[in-house]
Amino acid sequence: MREVLAQAWTVARKDLLLEFRTRTALLSAVVFTALVLTVFNFGRDPTAVATIDLAPSILWVTFTFAAMLALNRAFQLELENQALEGLLVSPLSRLSLYFGKLIANLAFVTIVEAVGLPLFVLFFDVPVGHVLLPLVGVIVLATVGFVAVGTLFSAMVIRTRFAELMLPVLLLPFLIPPLVGAVQVTARLLAGRPLSEAAGWLRLLAAYDIWFVFLSSVLFRFTVDE
Amino acid sequence: MLSAEGLRHRFGRVVALDDVSFSLTPGQTLAIFGPNGAGKTTLLKVLAGLIRPQAGSARVSGGRRAIGWIGHHSHLYDHLTVLENLLFWASLYGVPAARRGARAAVVLERLGMSDRAEQPVWSLSRGLVQRAAIAKALVHDPQVLLLDEPFTGLDLAAAGELRALLGELRGAGRVLVLATHNVDEGVELATDVAFQRRGRFVQFAPRGGRGAAEIAEAYRRVVGGDRTDA
Repeated sequence: MREVLAQAWTVARKDLLLEFRTRTALLSAVVFTALVLTVFNFGRDPTAVATIDLAPSILWVTFTFAAMLALNRAFQLELENQALEGLLVSPLSRLSLYFGKLIANLAFVTIVEAVGLPLFVLFFDVPVGHVLLPLVGVIVLATVGFVAVGTLFSAMVIRTRFAELMLPVLLLPFLIPPLVGAVQVTARLLAGRPLSEAAGWLRLLAAYDIWFVFLSSVLFRFTVDE
Repeated sequence: MLSAEGLRHRFGRVVALDDVSFSLTPGQTLAIFGPNGAGKTTLLKVLAGLIRPQAGSARVSGGRRAIGWIGHHSHLYDHLTVLENLLFWASLYGVPAARRGARAAVVLERLGMSDRAEQPVWSLSRGLVQRAAIAKALVHDPQVLLLDEPFTGLDLAAAGELRALLGELRGAGRVLVLATHNVDEGVELATDVAFQRRGRFVQFAPRGGRGAAEIAEAYRRVVGGDRTDA
């Protein structure tokens, strides 16, 4: 297991270094997040629906689509000079490759969310100070689930035509459970309700994470091997 | 060291491998000649573990760690430097952290690329990228080298240097499998020669004392001018 994690970290470090060098995907995702929040901010009628009722959905829709950009680039960079072929010839285990990509994607999406959350607070004037820690906890819990599934699907579509279109079409149905859970918990937190009220949703998010990290890591090799 | 037994593989109706069997021991170099689409690349991919054959088996002593692969693509990341690429691949092949830098320096020196170590791959010419790809394939000191058209993109001097390097590796007991459609390339390196046509080894024999002209003549006689295989 130590060997698997060491190799996963080698892959993740390489991905993050490449992203740091080019910054194209990260910048795109951050700008995309800011633009979506801006559009939602000016495109709603605050007298029709209270901001506090709308805010959780807006937050999670924004995070989900920004994460798509990250997931799309995860295997795209392995097509450069067919590096993926080199990875598959090497002794790198498929499990290490999956976890390496998962770690890099999580880091990437976390950065986008870290930029997106303050912008969300700024645009929608939602007080999150008193619930910041539980809110961050929910964001982490939901992000792990959808990035785990997204990493699997991004590997699956990479050799298809129109991979960037295929990914959201295939992935979004699988994201409904964690999205619903995350919106429900966030709504209760922002409304000042106790976290215990959302215990069922939190359990759903945790179960989704465990099940889909396990399932995706098992199925991953079938998506990359010829 | 390396063996293949009854390999068969098809892509739909196209036969890529048809009952291919052979084995090689340390110091042997097999040159596989065949027209485009004869199944040479498929055979190398099966040996490298990239494709699972539909029948038969291939075995390399030492597994994937023992294989160095030079294919049609460099497998290098354009936005990493040559050295960063080598260190990354060395790490994946299990070269201990303390030895990676020294090992990378040795292969870069041998390929005349020491002064390019800190250059990003995107800034290199095609010939230099090919040399960097060869350095990547050698960085973990593989026991078996699988080479698919390795001379592509190299100028005459670099191709000569690569031939000399491969000769050294053969002398050091490495097993080399070289696939090419050009009979003039790599003949002098080979201890064994195979002609592949429509997935099948139509001839597989030690090179003996045969030179490039004799091999080319035998190739024309056995394979003919067939350019439409597979």
